[in-house]
Amino acid sequence: MSLLRLSKISKRFGPTVALDGVDLELRQGEVHALIGENGAGKTTLMNILAGILQPDQGRMELEGRPYAPFSPLDARRQAIALIHQELSLFPHLSVSENILMGMESSRWGWVNGEDCRRRTLQVLEDFHHPEIRPDRAVAELPIAARQIVEICRAIAAQARIILMDEPTSSLQRPDVKRLFELIQRMREQRISVIYISHFLEEVREIADRYTVLRDGQGVGTGELGSVSDENLVAQMVGRPVKNLFPPRQQSKTGETVLRVEDLAAPPSVKHASFELRRGEILGIGGLIGSGRTQMVRAIFGLAPVESGILVVANKAVSARRGSPLLRIVQGMGYLSEDRKGEGLAVALSVADNVTLSHLSSCSRWGWLALDCQRQGAQAWIRRLNIKARTPSQPTWTLSGGNQQKVVLARLLHQDADILLLDEPTRGIDIGSKIQIYEAIAQCASEDKAVLMVSSYLPELFGLCHRLAVMSRGRLSATRSVDEWTPETVMQTAIGGGE
Amino acid sequence: MLASLSKWFARFGPFLGLALVISIFALLSDFPEQYLSFRNFRIVLAQTVIVALGSIGMTMIIISGGIDLSVGSSIALTSVVAALSLQKGIPPSVAGLLGIVVGAWVGYINGLAITRLHVVPFIATLGMLGIARGAAKWLAGEQTVNPAETWVNQLAVTFPDPAWLLVAPGVWISVFLALLMALVLRNTVFGRRVFALGSNEAAARACGIPTQRVKLWIYTLAGLFFGLAGVIQMSRLRQGDPTVAIGTELDVIAAVVIGGGSLSGGEGSILGSMIGALIMAFLRNGCQQMGWPNYIQEIIIGAIIVVAVAIDRWRRGRVFKI
Repeated sequence: MSLLRLSKISKRFGPTVALDGVDLELRQGEVHALIGENGAGKTTLMNILAGILQPDQGRMELEGRPYAPFSPLDARRQAIALIHQELSLFPHLSVSENILMGMESSRWGWVNGEDCRRRTLQVLEDFHHPEIRPDRAVAELPIAARQIVEICRAIAAQARIILMDEPTSSLQRPDVKRLFELIQRMREQRISVIYISHFLEEVREIADRYTVLRDGQGVGTGELGSVSDENLVAQMVGRPVKNLFPPRQQSKTGETVLRVEDLAAPPSVKHASFELRRGEILGIGGLIGSGRTQMVRAIFGLAPVESGILVVANKAVSARRGSPLLRIVQGMGYLSEDRKGEGLAVALSVADNVTLSHLSSCSRWGWLALDCQRQGAQAWIRRLNIKARTPSQPTWTLSGGNQQKVVLARLLHQDADILLLDEPTRGIDIGSKIQIYEAIAQCASEDKAVLMVSSYLPELFGLCHRLAVMSRGRLSATRSVDEWTPETVMQTAIGGGE
Repeated sequence: MLASLSKWFARFGPFLGLALVISIFALLSDFPEQYLSFRNFRIVLAQTVIVALGSIGMTMIIISGGIDLSVGSSIALTSVVAALSLQKGIPPSVAGLLGIVVGAWVGYINGLAITRLHVVPFIATLGMLGIARGAAKWLAGEQTVNPAETWVNQLAVTFPDPAWLLVAPGVWISVFLALLMALVLRNTVFGRRVFALGSNEAAARACGIPTQRVKLWIYTLAGLFFGLAGVIQMSRLRQGDPTVAIGTELDVIAAVVIGGGSLSGGEGSILGSMIGALIMAFLRNGCQQMGWPNYIQEIIIGAIIVVAVAIDRWRRGRVFKI
């Protein structure tokens, strides 16, 4: 009775193994939950099913016949549709065009506008959203309505298998309910759904069976009815904390250097308060999209803030008036999760990148002393063990891990007192990870204050002194790391705790 | 209120600009009846044909999120090809067609460079700007090609031979093609894909649209229009000149942008671009009538481009606040 069967699917991106021999069986008319931590490989698996990526190894069978989609169009022809995690709409085009893109009613290449309108109305009506007018431009719709348009696109495709990648991430509760009703109706029509979500209560509400992915491997599958939440969470996080981390220095609980009070930066950050002290590493856990990144950006003056107070070195300032320049002057340094987009100027040399936010250290009257700049960078290359032949090597020639070390070196060169690190070890190899952990621990032992956002639980537990968890825009209370367990972090993150 | 105002501006802004340009010159002119005469309008329209034809093709390219810098060179090459063909005794209709085909072929090569070699449109067509210009000079032996007089030369005359045509046949051809392409962009699957491509290319791919093939078509189709513009150029000058139309691509891009096209894709209209082309033509004509020197025209047109885009940015900030 299996409609779709995947066996031993593997996919690598360079040195990173995204999927490592995943099996999955989808039955006709079932809702199958695919769960796992961020980075476990769920989205990669969806992209392979939808024809966006091709697997390196393994085979897929659709109704017993080999299934190897070479493009999204090919997958769609075989009635498999993907609803994306990130909205993928055409802001300039109308609702109707967005829903029917790629399958417009047409004759000799001319669009039959009347028929398109009728089909769109039908789909919107089925989804109980007749108030969305087919001819409005999508750019004019609020975010929640845009997601509905996106879902309607898959419905209109009359897919037999619908892949939903966190479809509820920007929906309001009534819309979630409608989506579930719709999924229920799909199930009655023998349509199968693969449903990715972090929220266990949602998964329980809608799905029949589950598969857990962890580090690119399938670690468990079965009926949801016969498994407890604790068991699922254990499967998601159950990974031995390897000995990657430097011995934790006892936090000297120094003075508070940064106090954040009632920070709100809607829509992603609703409320956050915490204190950051000298000599400690404060970890921020939570799921991607829970508002962690936006919180750090708001603190650093990169995102608009609605209200809140920052107390930096005993001076209270409104969080609303911030700019990165001001924050740097106040002693903060920021490492972005988006290394290529924001973290580095990859075309420039290592020396340029290391000294960029503190060029005054090697210039006089606006003239750069190139030798001094190179020597300054060379010192950091040695200290952080950056694998670069010379400081004048372009940064893009380095590996991801070494690029990340360059970003860290910039913060250290700038001599920031407060390090705001957002996913400092994302997408880098294990060797570089260990060296970055050492450098971070070193900073804390030098009486700097470190705030570290991470999706990787072992690193939060292995490195941090205290932890707080972000869940749907709200930051939990900060507690010592001993008072948390991976399970309680995950439960708080998915909204089960507090 | 502001949102509806800005939408209204998007639709009627170019018309407003055109009306403004014409009325300002009518007021400034010592002989407004001469400036506003049908005779003068005919002159302006005949002068607009080449930029108008080019901007039809360019509108499509810009909506799709691309750009083409090789328009001027393509016009020169096709005018030389048409003139050479006439000189060789090929019948005028075939010679014209040959010019158009060469234009499409240049566009096709641009498309190949963009889709197969993954060179960004700006660079690919910058390369073609040099290649096509060089090819034109090479074919023409670095001098003008002077074919015998044929009916092709009637295409762009200000005062057409059967007087009931009122304006140059080229003007009618442009009007017809503009209407056709406006319909194609609005009402065909291909047209909507052009918009989809410019609006969100990744989403278009995810929707199963063969984005590379659509792009190849866009540049080839646009090349047809640049080829036709080249044939009209030859017809106006009565010769194939390999050094003609230098910088025309900038006029064409300006026409599209003044008409509401956005260089980041997803927006633009044929009607807007036509009005944009007319605004520039009336400006040029008005400055000439006033006896103002050439540099004044250049400064005014430059300023108009910046103002038009600034208005566009302001509007976008209102509508597309995401």
